[in-house]
Amino acid sequence: MPKAKPKSSSIFASELKVVNIGIPTFADDLESQGVAVVKVDWKPPAGGDAEMAGILEKLGA
Amino acid sequence: MVTRVIAKKGIYRDSITLMQISTALGKLPGVSQAAAVMATELNRRVLFEAGFSGVEIAKAARDDMVVAVEAKDKHALDSAFDQAEKLLASQGGRPAGEKAAPTSLGAALQEVPDANFALISVPGQFAKREAAQALARGLNVFLFSSNVSLDEEVALKKTAEAKGLLMMGPDCGTSIINHKVFGFGNVVREGGIGIVSASGTGLQEVSTLIDRSGLGISQAIGTGAGDMSERVGGITMARGISLLEEDPNTKILVLISKPPSPVIAAKVLGFARNCKKPVVVNFLGAAVGKEGLGSAKAASTLEEAADLACAVSEGKVDPPSPKKLPQELASAAKEEWNRLSPRQRYVRGLFAGGTLCYESQVILGTMFGRIYSNGPIRQEDKIPGEGPSKMNSCIDMGAEEFVEGRLHPMIDFSLRNARILKEAADPETAVLLLDVELGFGSNPDPAGELVPSITQAKALAARQSSYLSVVAHIVATEADHQGLKNQEERLRAAGVLLAPSNASASRLAALIASRGTKPGGVG
Repeated sequence: MPKAKPKSSSIFASELKVVNIGIPTFADDLESQGVAVVKVDWKPPAGGDAEMAGILEKLGA
Repeated sequence: MVTRVIAKKGIYRDSITLMQISTALGKLPGVSQAAAVMATELNRRVLFEAGFSGVEIAKAARDDMVVAVEAKDKHALDSAFDQAEKLLASQGGRPAGEKAAPTSLGAALQEVPDANFALISVPGQFAKREAAQALARGLNVFLFSSNVSLDEEVALKKTAEAKGLLMMGPDCGTSIINHKVFGFGNVVREGGIGIVSASGTGLQEVSTLIDRSGLGISQAIGTGAGDMSERVGGITMARGISLLEEDPNTKILVLISKPPSPVIAAKVLGFARNCKKPVVVNFLGAAVGKEGLGSAKAASTLEEAADLACAVSEGKVDPPSPKKLPQELASAAKEEWNRLSPRQRYVRGLFAGGTLCYESQVILGTMFGRIYSNGPIRQEDKIPGEGPSKMNSCIDMGAEEFVEGRLHPMIDFSLRNARILKEAADPETAVLLLDVELGFGSNPDPAGELVPSITQAKALAARQSSYLSVVAHIVATEADHQGLKNQEERLRAAGVLLAPSNASASRLAALIASRGTKPGGVG
């Protein structure tokens, strides 16, 4: 059996608090179930250029 | 009719927002069709097929947005594009007085420093970056996005493992954590059965069947299909089993996956054998030898997995007897096959759920032999997703070729509705086999989407002196917000036979297409 990490039980023990990054309706569905959600107004980094986003990420921008 | 297409360079909106804009534009006076889409290859093809053309579409890149409108005159076109601009400008805006939404994970965590989960559904090329940042900040991750490489998946899952975090996905459609649904999922009873699943619709089917048997779910952890690849090695499957083994509310575990490679199968069976709690393993049709199982139990279909879990939960020693079709469905089947014309011979399955598509192939394959699919059991039975179908076929309409830059077919029925008409026009089609998913994430009114195309398809067959039989299963519970009873009534009124599981729907379809010669467990 894989070893249970000490932190594991806290995943189910804590109240859910969710950050939603992307499709807003997923956040709405969680909110309708009484879950606290913060919605990130996500836009593609570097104007949608994945390569440039990768470079910015490496630079820590 | 006149058309106009405008490409908007580097403008991004998510698929649901774009569908809302497309729908709003399509309802404007004088507009016959409208689409606001990201210019992925698939969406550009769909635009061409819808009759839109021009350099604007051809030149657009996948990070560009395209707005295409067909209307009765220039005035209607102008109004539609004015409206499109207004809708695009208003999206993402907040009512006056409300503070602006955070634009990054870091900013969001300033608002809620004790957040413990991130739900990420950005386009695949940006998904790893967002997920890695969430893990780095100590959040468990539900990663809905697909198109993340296996190497990236391994990196994310190893990071999560080292930090004691749960990494669900990439390509994770469904999880139920602490009785809250992430992504696509159903409102199921609380209970003692815990699920770890590499399949989203497999999880939905098993959890809803358990609910409809009167039992319930403790936790249901999605891993994403890639988890069971040899490259990833079942990292999240192992973590999920470990979490459920330690969870005091979980009494029984159900593990679900399409057949993994022998190496991964042996690994998962090892976990199952050594688990302190009863385990039901479902590798969908793949035979699991008794020697590998130990005290664990194997199920070959999703339906059997749910039945076994319920039987074990209720302390029954004997395995449940194989499910038979309810008598009223067996009788209805006979009436259906009596109306078929002699040349109508084949079952054509059109699925929103990939694992349901697979389960149907497993069941139909035992009766008909070869079942053709874009996601086949055996590679030699592979056909292109876009068609045409061949003999008995099951098409996964949620496969990658149908969803790049588009909404999943559980939400957007347009491609499946078009395919329903194509299958109806084929004189050899006897039975259409469909799945319908209710619950969170899905379309608010699937019956409303399907009934017009089913009615049209049946009329089309009638004009060819044929009769089109339509069989479906609704993946849902009574508690789902779309209203199960209402959905059932409207589909039945359109002439659809509804079966209590995807497995029984498949058996019913086989019974009809074979004129009763492929009984497959008829009672």
